[in-house]
Amino acid sequence: MRIIVSIKRVVDHNVQVRPRSDGSDIDTTGVRMVINPFDENALEEAVRLRERGIASEVVVVSFGDATVQESLRQAIALGANRAIWGQAPAALDQLAVAKLLRHVAQREEASLVMLGKQAIDEDAGQTAQMLAALLDWPQAVAVSELAVDGDTLHVTREVDGGSESLEIRLPAVVSADLRLNAPRFVKLPDLMKAKRQTIETLDCAALGIDLTPRVQRARVETPPPRPAGQRVGSVAELIEKLRNDAQVIA
Amino acid sequence: MSVLVLADIAATGVALATRQAVRAAQHWGLPVDLLVLGSTEAAAHAQIAGVRRVLHADAPRFAQPQAEDVARLLNSLAGDYTVILAAHGSLARNALPRVAALHDVGMISEAVALLGPNSYQRPIYAGNLLATVDNRPGLQILTVRASRFEAAAQGGQAECVAITAPAADGRSRVTGQKTAGGERPELGSARVVVSGGRSLGSAERFHACLAPLADRLGAAIGATRAAVDSGYAPNEWQVGQTGTVVAPDLYIAVGLSGALQHTAGIKDSRVIVAINQDPEAPIMQLADYSLVADLFDAVPELVRHLHTEATA
Repeated sequence: MRIIVSIKRVVDHNVQVRPRSDGSDIDTTGVRMVINPFDENALEEAVRLRERGIASEVVVVSFGDATVQESLRQAIALGANRAIWGQAPAALDQLAVAKLLRHVAQREEASLVMLGKQAIDEDAGQTAQMLAALLDWPQAVAVSELAVDGDTLHVTREVDGGSESLEIRLPAVVSADLRLNAPRFVKLPDLMKAKRQTIETLDCAALGIDLTPRVQRARVETPPPRPAGQRVGSVAELIEKLRNDAQVIA
Repeated sequence: MSVLVLADIAATGVALATRQAVRAAQHWGLPVDLLVLGSTEAAAHAQIAGVRRVLHADAPRFAQPQAEDVARLLNSLAGDYTVILAAHGSLARNALPRVAALHDVGMISEAVALLGPNSYQRPIYAGNLLATVDNRPGLQILTVRASRFEAAAQGGQAECVAITAPAADGRSRVTGQKTAGGERPELGSARVVVSGGRSLGSAERFHACLAPLADRLGAAIGATRAAVDSGYAPNEWQVGQTGTVVAPDLYIAVGLSGALQHTAGIKDSRVIVAINQDPEAPIMQLADYSLVADLFDAVPELVRHLHTEATA
């Protein structure tokens, strides 16, 4: 069984993102970039499935400019067998990524495509479901436990107010929740080894797929700031404020 | 043309989020239809003001609806609608992107403001920024953050129409369901959240300190990424950009400094309280009420005060 893992390169979650002065987009100059944390959970799970002999190969793919190769090398260091860099304009929307992933999944004859439940930049949480629809495969979204039994996946997934267990038939698309696993740390020797590995390049513009974004960002701004807070001098004063001013406790 | 709202699933009756989504749907000034899965609650939904028709699809599988089946049903209806909308609940999040992909259109997730026929505002970077996005004209598919919209009133008299659902997909089967939290509310929807950081020092102290306060306030317990990484709290308690994004009425941050990914995930809380020994900690700037104190004194004192006053 071959697993495709899609990773997105995003701004590190410890960085305070700011809009550009003209409000057209995020200012990412000199900002630390990482693999989207939920995609790391997806990658970790795929690698574990290979280590347990359930998957034969883990292929990692990312779309974007040349910088995504760094994330792909990191993914190889974390255990992916090989990597595909989908050379594409930066401004792909979720539907365009889903279309490209369909192409890769079909070409690679994958049985399972895994990705994070959302990317921490756009917070859209759509790509897995869109891909599943385009492939006409079943999906399991926000998965926190996963087991494979022949051509059936047994998963637990996060839903409003609890969790749900599902059996879904392969081939399928799975998106990972944070609870799925704790990703391993990359080891420096593995990273050095990954630097020597060849990354396949896929020219996305040459595939004849309509990648025009359906959704376009017109403006980015900082939300209105919260009103200035108050320092209280004692626990008694805190309770008084919460009860009488804020009215959040009885 | 008109707007179709996918109703949220409530155990019984009408979910508040459905009434809020109906109000959002009125933004286009078009007739609003409501799609209800199953038929038992159709009459209750017909009483939401501003709804033209309640479409109800009755099939046993909709007792535990799956994205694949709901997307098929929505696909079969989409031709009659300009807008398909729902509150940002787990079923809509899972089904609506499938519908969008099959119609080759984009989707807007969790709009917080509707600005035009195809222009929206939505949070990105866990609410650190707000983006104005334009969707291509044509079929609009979106989820809304329901709490940002007033609930539609009661007193409507919509027509109820039974519709036939397409054949079941059958490749996905629910084998069990579990409600989270036990006696504590679920983190993502709790009215009060009490969260701790690495200053708690150990798993035992984390629990011993926070559990009485959470119990007293009927709160969910959260933790920072650092506290989770240190093993003080399980992964599913992590609050923040990489964990659960919360927006309770009251968020009490205990012994945590306020790392960016954490504060990103609590920004929409109505009232934030911070208890920390360090007056310069970033969380103290964000908080509505901050108390500079040793948490091991202040939290038990808080619990004592709340108890005394409750019994007084």
